[in-house]
Amino acid sequence: MDLLRLTTAGSVDDGKSTLIGRLLYDTKSIFEDQLEAVEEASRRRGEGYVNLALLTDGLRAEREQNITIDVAYRYFATPHRKFIIADTPGHVQYTRNMVTGASTAELAIVLIDARHGVLTQSKRHGFIASLLGIPHILVAINKMDLVDWSEDVYERVSSDYRDFAQRLGVEDLTFIPISALLGDNVVDESENIPWYGGATLLHHLEHVNVGTRRNLVDFRFPVQYVIRPDQDYRGYAGRVASGAIHPGDEVMVLPSGQRTRVASVDTFDGPIERGSAGDSVSLTTEDHLDISRGDMLVRPLNLPIVDSNIDATICWTSEDPMKPGTQYWLRHTTREVKAFISRVVYRIDVDTLHREQVDSFELNDIGRVQIQAAQPIFFDRYERNRETGSFVLIDAHSNNTVAAGMIRGNVRSAEKLAARLSEARSRDRAASPDVVWENWNIALPDREAHNEHRATVVWFTGLPGSGKSSIARVVEQRLFADGCQTMLLDGDQVRHGLNGDLAFSPEDRTENVRRVGEVALLFFLQGNIVICTFVSPFQRDRQRVRDLLPAGRFVEVFVDTPLEECERRDPKGLYARARKGEIGHMTGISSPYEAPQDAEIRVETIGKGLEECVEEVVGALRELGRGEEPQ
Amino acid sequence: MREVAAQFERPVLLFSGGKDSILMVHLAQKAFAPARIPFTLVHIDTGHNFSETLEFRDRLAERVGATLHVGSVQDSIDSGRQAEESGPNPSRNRLQIVTLLDTLAELKADAALGGGRRDEEKARAKERFFSHRDRFGQWDPKNQRPELWNIFNARKNMGEHFRVFPLSNWTEMDVWQYVAAEAIEMPSLYFSHEREVLERDGVLLARSDFNQALDGELWLTKKVRFRTIGDTTCTGATESEASTLEQIVAEVAASRVTERGGRHDDKQSEAAMEDRKKQGYF
Repeated sequence: MDLLRLTTAGSVDDGKSTLIGRLLYDTKSIFEDQLEAVEEASRRRGEGYVNLALLTDGLRAEREQNITIDVAYRYFATPHRKFIIADTPGHVQYTRNMVTGASTAELAIVLIDARHGVLTQSKRHGFIASLLGIPHILVAINKMDLVDWSEDVYERVSSDYRDFAQRLGVEDLTFIPISALLGDNVVDESENIPWYGGATLLHHLEHVNVGTRRNLVDFRFPVQYVIRPDQDYRGYAGRVASGAIHPGDEVMVLPSGQRTRVASVDTFDGPIERGSAGDSVSLTTEDHLDISRGDMLVRPLNLPIVDSNIDATICWTSEDPMKPGTQYWLRHTTREVKAFISRVVYRIDVDTLHREQVDSFELNDIGRVQIQAAQPIFFDRYERNRETGSFVLIDAHSNNTVAAGMIRGNVRSAEKLAARLSEARSRDRAASPDVVWENWNIALPDREAHNEHRATVVWFTGLPGSGKSSIARVVEQRLFADGCQTMLLDGDQVRHGLNGDLAFSPEDRTENVRRVGEVALLFFLQGNIVICTFVSPFQRDRQRVRDLLPAGRFVEVFVDTPLEECERRDPKGLYARARKGEIGHMTGISSPYEAPQDAEIRVETIGKGLEECVEEVVGALRELGRGEEPQ
Repeated sequence: MREVAAQFERPVLLFSGGKDSILMVHLAQKAFAPARIPFTLVHIDTGHNFSETLEFRDRLAERVGATLHVGSVQDSIDSGRQAEESGPNPSRNRLQIVTLLDTLAELKADAALGGGRRDEEKARAKERFFSHRDRFGQWDPKNQRPELWNIFNARKNMGEHFRVFPLSNWTEMDVWQYVAAEAIEMPSLYFSHEREVLERDGVLLARSDFNQALDGELWLTKKVRFRTIGDTTCTGATESEASTLEQIVAEVAASRVTERGGRHDDKQSEAAMEDRKKQGYF
C-alpha cells in the first residue's frame, strides 16, 4: 500500500485541527478512549459540541493558548492508502515549523476561512509549500456553512488564490469547498453544496499521484556508515538518495575521484540485483579504496556539482539572528563541513513576495544567500533532487539547527558566465574608431539573480509561413506569465525603423541578422529571455549571432515545416505573390534556405495544433534551463 | 540506526521486552548485517516484570550476540535514590526515570534508541526522531530542534544526550504487519492465553505478586492478550482470541481502543505522558 505524506497549514482559527480531527473521526481512525477523553475535555471547557480539534492539539501549553505550537504527526489509513499528516501551526511566528512539516511532504492542504477570503497567511503557506517543492497543493475553503454554502464566495476565494498561485509555479492546484466542523466534503459528500461536482477531500488524498518527486535518474549514494565485521568484509552502508545501482556498475568516489566497480549490493536478507532510490543497502566494491562516512558514490558520467561556494534559499529557524561571517556547521547528506554565510543576497517578504535588502536574517526569515564552505560538498539543485539539494546549518556553540537550506546552484557559475561573456566579446567585432570597451555598469549575473532566471536568446528560424511567429508569441506569453523577463524581436517589426533601410538581397539579409544579433545581445545583457523570430536563411549568419553569446545561452529553434505546407498556409500571401513574380528573393522560391543541422530544439508542425508546438518548445526550454552550465 | 551508530560514541538500545523494542533489535540486525549490533541493550527492570518478558529478553540478547545491561529499580530503591509510591496503586513506572538516567550515566551513554512511536500518545506526536535531552535528562517540548528532510542534527554539549526514535512514524498496525511479514518472534504474552485478571477502572490487570486485589475486586480467569507490555502493575490485558500474527493484525484493524488505553499510568491525568517525558521518561 502506498503512503502519502501531507502537511496542513492554515491561519489561527481556520479550523485546521478541526479538519484533521474530522478526517480521523470520519475515517474511523479515532479510538473510543481518545474520543471519550476529548468529549470529557470539551465538557470541561464548557463547549457545546465535541471539539475535534482537541484530538490533535497535543501539548498542554497550546491547549491553554488554543493554538498549535509545534509540528505534530498524525497517522491514519484507508483501504486505499496510508497517510502521515504533519500538522503545523499557522501562527505568525512559526514559519519554521511549516517549513519543517513541508520538507518531507508531497501534498499541502492550505486552509482558507471562507468568511475572510485569502489572507496573507494562506499566501505564505502556499509560498512555503512551493519553495519546498511540494508538487500538490489542495486549497480547502473551510467554514462554508458560515457563508450559507455560497458558490459565489467559493468562486471568488478560489479565483483570488489562483491568481496568487500562478506566480509560484505550483504543479497541481485543487480547490475544495468544505465544512470541517460539520463534515461536508471532508470524507462524505456534502448535501449542502450541490453546485460542487468535484471529489471530497479524502477522495482527492486517496487518488493524487505520489512518488513523482523522487529522482530516479541521477545515482547518488552518500556513505553513511562503514560496516566492517572482519578483515574480509567492508560494506559501505547508506540509503540510495536517488537513481539506482547494480552489481558491476562503475562508480566514482567523491571527493577523491577514484573509480571502481560495485561488487555487490547487500542487505540483511542477502545480495540483491538492484538498489533503487530509498533503499537502505550496503555496497561492496571491487577495489579496496579508502571510503568513509561523508563520501559519495556516483556514476562517472553523471556527476553532481562539486563546489564549496553555494547559492541557496534558506529559512532561518533560530531565535538567534544570523551572524554573517560566523562559522556554522553545514550538514548535507551524511557530510558535515564548516561554513559561513558570505553574502546575504535578499530576504523575501513572504506575504508580498517582494525582495528586501537586509544584512542578516532573523527567526522565520526566508531568502537567498551565498555560503562558503571549508570543503566542497557534492550536490544537485534542490528542484532537481530534494535529497542532495537540501542542507541544514547548525550553530557551533548552541548546537541548534539554525537554518534549513535549498540549494539553487554554485556561486562560481556566475563568475564563469562573466568569463565567458568577455571571451565572446573579445571575438572579432567591428568597432568605431577611437572607442574603448567599458564594462557594463550592472553585471549580468546580478541581473540574473534579480530576475531569478537565466538570460537566454531563443532564436526561431524557418521558412516564411512555417509558424515561427505564432509559436514564439505564445511561448513568450507563457514565459512572461511565469514571471520571466522577456522580449520578442520579430522580422517585420525590426524592418520598421531600425532595419528600414534594408531590402531582401542576400547581403541585406545578412546585415539584417547581424543588427538583430547585436540588439538581442543588448537585451540579453539586460537579463532578458530574448525571443527572436527570423527566417534567417543562412547558417553562417545564425552562427555569428551564436558566437556573440556565452556558450549555452543561444538556443536555436528550428520550426520545421515543409515548403509545400508553408505555401499552402501562406498567411501573408507572400508565396502567391512570389510565384507571380511580384516579389524577388523569396526564401524557398527564389532564395535558398539552409536548414540548421544541430538546432537545440526542432519542432515539426504538421498535424499538430499550436498549443502542442508551444508545449514542446516550452518543455524543451525548461529542460535546457535545468542543465548545468557547460564547463 | 546507522545514523546513530555513526554520529554517537556510546549509543545504547533501550529494550523493554515489548514488541517495539523487539522490532528495534530486528531492524538493528538488518542495518548492520553481517556485523553485530553496535549497541548495548539496556533494560530497566522495575522488578515487577512478567517472567515471560525476562526469559525472552535473555534469549534474544544471546541470539543476536549483544551485550545486555540491566538497570534495576529495586537497586535504586534499596540505595535510597528513591522511594516506593504509596497508596493502593503503587506503580514503579515513575521510578524508572531515576534508574534510567542513572544507568545511562553509568554506561556514559550519549544516545539511547527507543521504540517510541508518535501514534501512541498525544505528547509523543511532537517528539523528534533525534530528541535532545539536557544534562538532567529533561525534554523541552517548546524548544525542540527543527528536523528537516532526513537530516539529523546530533550535536550536543558534554553531559547531554539524545533519545532516538526510529519508529516514530510507525503505527501499531505497521508494527504488526511488519512483524508478520518478517516473521519476527514475539513473546507469548502478545498472543491469546488464559490468565487470572481483575478489572480496575476499566483496565484488566494480571495477577502477580505485585498486584493486590482491593475490596470488592475479584480474580477471574479470562482469555486475554497484551497489546503493550510494561510492568505488571500498570499493563492492562485485553480480552482476545487472537493467537496468530494474522489474527492480531485483523484484531488491530478492527480495534476501537488505543493500545495505551490499557495503560493505567496514562489515565492518571490528561497530560500524564507529557509530564513524565519532561522529567526524562521515554
